[in-house]
Amino acid sequence: MPLDDRYRLAFRLYPYARSADQDAAAPVRHPVVVVGGGPIGIATALDLGLQGIPVVVLDDHEGIGQGSRAICFAKRSLEIADRYGCAGPMLDKGVVWNLGKVFYQDRKIYDFNLLPEEGHRFPAFINLQQPYFEKFLVERVREAQADGAPIEIRGKNRVEAVEVRDDHTILTVATPEGDYTILADWLIACDGAGSPLRSMMGLDFEGRVFKDSFLIADIRMLSESFPTERWFWFEPSHKAGASTLLHKQPDDVWRVDFQIGWDVDRAEELKEENVRRRLDAMLGPEVDYELVWSSIYTFQCRRMKAFRHGRVIFAGDAAHQVSPFGARGANSGMQDADNLGWKLGMVIRGEAPDRLLDSYHEERAHGADENILNSTRATDFITPKSKISHVFRNAVLELAERYEFARPLVNSGRLSVPCSYDGLSLTGEDALPGGPARSRPGTPCPDAPLGNGFLLKGLGGGFTILTVDAEAPETVTEDGVTATRRAVSAADDPSGALALRYLGEAEGAVYLIRPDQHVVARWSGYDESALRAALRRACGKE
Amino acid sequence: MELTTTPNIPAPDSFYAELIRCHEGLSDDESAAFNARLILLLANHIGDPEVLSEAMRKASLD
Ligand SMILES: Cc1cc2nc3c(=O)[nH]c(=O)nc-3n(C[C@H](O)[C@H](O)[C@H](O)COP(=O)(O)OP(=O)(O)OC[C@H]3O[C@@H](n4cnc5c(N)ncnc54)[C@H](O)[C@@H]3O)c2cc1C
Repeated sequence: MPLDDRYRLAFRLYPYARSADQDAAAPVRHPVVVVGGGPIGIATALDLGLQGIPVVVLDDHEGIGQGSRAICFAKRSLEIADRYGCAGPMLDKGVVWNLGKVFYQDRKIYDFNLLPEEGHRFPAFINLQQPYFEKFLVERVREAQADGAPIEIRGKNRVEAVEVRDDHTILTVATPEGDYTILADWLIACDGAGSPLRSMMGLDFEGRVFKDSFLIADIRMLSESFPTERWFWFEPSHKAGASTLLHKQPDDVWRVDFQIGWDVDRAEELKEENVRRRLDAMLGPEVDYELVWSSIYTFQCRRMKAFRHGRVIFAGDAAHQVSPFGARGANSGMQDADNLGWKLGMVIRGEAPDRLLDSYHEERAHGADENILNSTRATDFITPKSKISHVFRNAVLELAERYEFARPLVNSGRLSVPCSYDGLSLTGEDALPGGPARSRPGTPCPDAPLGNGFLLKGLGGGFTILTVDAEAPETVTEDGVTATRRAVSAADDPSGALALRYLGEAEGAVYLIRPDQHVVARWSGYDESALRAALRRACGKE
Repeated sequence: MELTTTPNIPAPDSFYAELIRCHEGLSDDESAAFNARLILLLANHIGDPEVLSEAMRKASLD
């Protein structure tokens, strides 16, 4: 097959360059090969590269794809990106919004303000075109490379075949100058929802297809500027779609999603005059805009049965796919990278047993199930599957107009929040009586103000013993793994948020925190043997 | 809280008549919509998830 692009590029960031591997006498063996340079592949490479682990990313294009994909990036993704050192430009470029309106038929039924909680470095989410998000990740890779991080991105390198062995895989890679072979101790498949690797390995991808399609148009407003709000229409009388969503992005670009039904003639619908007909019906004739991009999507919710197959590990859309309501695709993929990076790093360095990687599947499949559940619920509300479900949906909307109680039932996508690993293999004990639920073992640490900065900055990377008005040794080393103390005091945050989020009713607390900022266990005071046991457990040694 | 399954409506006949009267002149679709709104209002009033689940189970005649 020729190496033709399957999509147009927004940014050509890694043009093809011949690699020494192509001229090697024998296939070169690499510790980690990541297939796919989408957001999840690049984030995974960054995580590993920043740990000093050599990683090669193979992507079949020479840069980042153009097109209408993710726009909503949640707080947790920004926190993860911050750990990698690239959240700043995302936040600068992104649009923050808090106001929304919900319409039903020809009228606005209510508006809302998300009233974000104070005391976090990052907002609940930002709107940012996916190509920008990816560009900032790749730019961070370039910076890290300059500082010596052993990351390599190879554009126009398409994986054609994979041979899976017990302790490595053999990849056939096509390039514009012909095929070559490389070996990988660990292969990370981040090759997207259509994952060719998944098919090559004959693996399942089961789930549910939603019988509806969505026409997505990104438009640049030329006339008066629209407010920075999210507008959602159920059964709008303008009839441009069975439901319609309007959302602001950077660069004066707006995202419009029209739900257009299952049996549609794609080519016909995508003709500019037809896209404009829908947009004009919705916006009114006086609004002037330029069409930036339009595409038609159908959605499914599905996941692989197992994310790990020996030395091959799947992450991002390759492992799980959700409908976009609630923005859980890229956001959950970022959590995959966050989860996998430190575990693979420890296993490669010999600090943890191979089975630590089984917990990657355990934790992230749990996350995927939660995301699928949430996005299925939103999809069922937006596109009811039966007559009676439609009746109830509209009853909710009718009531929501008059009575506040019905508004929480309106589901046009629940904001992506990270899942907690309660009760899973690596999660330890909760021995902090009166401790707040939001920082219980398993949860990702909530951010909080700290002096002039924030708590999460500088948390993670390695294991941390976070003491809040409590004593503990500066370091504890258990079986070659060191946890380092970070001492804070409720007094460091006059707003009281730190105490509220980490102490609750307790006077002091000791937390053991993983490299991905999830809480392993917590206690009301330092208990050496309990901490050592929790550390072993978090490394898959119990 | 437990779902009350003993008589709890003070004037059963008049409640029943009022309920049926609400559907007078409604098409089947309108009746279905009315019922849905009524269920949602009552469900919110009850609030207690256990009572609601119990009511749904009992309504299924399981
Ligand atoms: C309309 C729409 C709206 C969305 N909105 C949101 C949102 O608001 N928030 C959100 O979080 N998510 C959203 N998503 C989901 C999000 O776009 C995806 O979850 C995300 O792109 C997944 O990233 P990935 O890196 O796993 O896969 P991809 O981005 O698909 O990247 C896969 C990469 O692998 C490469 N590749 C494939 N095969 C090969 C091969 N054989 N060899 C080498 N390289 C290969 C591809 O070219 C590509 O670069 C949306 C998706 C859609 C369609």
